[in-house]
Amino acid sequence: MNINHAASCFRGILARESLRFLNQRARFFAALVRPLVWLFIFAAGFRSVLGVSIIPPYQTYVLYEEYITPGLLGMIMLFNGMQSSLSMVYDREMGSMRLLLVSPLPRWFLLLSKLLAGVGVALLQVYVFLLIAWFWEVRPPVAGYFMVIPALILSGLMLGALGLMLSSFVTQLENFAGVMNFVIFPMFFASSALYPLWRVRDSSEILYWIANLNPFTHAVEFVRFALYLEFNWQAGLITLLCTLFFLAVAIWGYDPLRGFLPRKGGAAA
Amino acid sequence: MTADTNASLSARNINFSFGRKPVLDNVQIDVPNGKFVALLGQNGAGKTTLFSIITGLYAAHGGEISIGGFDLRKNTQQALGSIGVVFQRPTLDRDLTVRQNLRYFCNLHGISAADAHQRIDNALAGYGLSDLHKRKVTQLSGGQQRRVELVRATLHDPRFLLLDEPTVGLDHANRMEFVSNVKALCKERSLGVLWATHLMDEVEDADYVYILHHGKILFEGGSGDLLETHGKNSIAELYSHLTSKQADAKSL
Repeated sequence: MNINHAASCFRGILARESLRFLNQRARFFAALVRPLVWLFIFAAGFRSVLGVSIIPPYQTYVLYEEYITPGLLGMIMLFNGMQSSLSMVYDREMGSMRLLLVSPLPRWFLLLSKLLAGVGVALLQVYVFLLIAWFWEVRPPVAGYFMVIPALILSGLMLGALGLMLSSFVTQLENFAGVMNFVIFPMFFASSALYPLWRVRDSSEILYWIANLNPFTHAVEFVRFALYLEFNWQAGLITLLCTLFFLAVAIWGYDPLRGFLPRKGGAAA
Repeated sequence: MTADTNASLSARNINFSFGRKPVLDNVQIDVPNGKFVALLGQNGAGKTTLFSIITGLYAAHGGEISIGGFDLRKNTQQALGSIGVVFQRPTLDRDLTVRQNLRYFCNLHGISAADAHQRIDNALAGYGLSDLHKRKVTQLSGGQQRRVELVRATLHDPRFLLLDEPTVGLDHANRMEFVSNVKALCKERSLGVLWATHLMDEVEDADYVYILHHGKILFEGGSGDLLETHGKNSIAELYSHLTSKQADAKSL
């Protein structure tokens, strides 16, 4: 693979995703409104009930808004990853995915580039959200805004790869919308995004273990610790391993020699 | 057509099935450089599946494909880099302008920014589309969109052009204009062209004709030779004659 060609290809995919995103302003606002509703309404309403005592990475007692902010960053990455893979199913049905897949570069590189471009767009949303949250007095350390970037990229890649993997199994747009609901909501609610795991354990031991097995929990914790200038090795390692696993299955799923698309008749039948 | 090692496309013994349902059975197709080759077949004959195999979207269950001299399995990237494709469904990004769509394609093919700019300007001018370069795809007519797709398919100087029912949805005048554009390209650039269609009037004077029926090549030959041999006046008549003969043979 020629490095200049690969760089040119990645630039093209990134530019396309960014332009599409900027041209679809409604999508931008919708993506932003969702976590803001949680921050302004849900968190404010539950502040007195759900204040969080001193647990790592926090150095002091924190307000509930501050606690759920990393979870809401995870929410942005989760919805973006699923949205991106939904658009892949749509593109595959409409045909523009074919243009990408018949390009003269390895398929794994094309899929990884598409994922990274999607993460780039999600990062933009994350920082706009963090800016608004700052005015809402959610103010992590300034260095945390930079330290969190690698954690956000890895988490975004993991969630995007999960969506990509699911899209390689699902050949019809209508079915994929159902799969998304089946994945997004259990993943988000059965995690540490909204409440710390020790609190979950108090009420349900089973839910605690489910949340522990949920990759989204580890992505959120990885982001939470990074935002407060700490490195959570365990969460980072699990997020990395899940990313590699989802990505490998997705690439396998999109491989014409072994994948599911031809067997089911896919879009090109 | 006999195997030609310098052919734009050479597909030998291609087999493919969806589960247990065979879709392509021992298909052989050659497209020499500078020739306009028609692939005729009704809906469901296997044309789109064959095109998906040639473009590497599906992997054939048997057989070999060489494009521009590159083996599709062993030298996938070089082979794919030699193809220009116009898909059956429009694949332009509707949220982007014409130029943004063409730049995206150039990026995918590793064409540098300066070179891409020049190529896009020249290609659009060649088709009288220069004025449209800043327009969003949604503002173009169906015929204009198809011509932009043809421009896009040739930006990287392919050796072989693959068109899968590219005129679906266009009116007669636009269809004929599109056909003549492709034929001109075929001659000027010595491009091998494989044109799949079920609209016979588009391929009346093709250099060579393959008739794909239920996943098999039913007949092949130069269009003039085929018409003469079967005593028919047009490709449409010939196609109807050959496929109905096949249906009669099956019913017996």
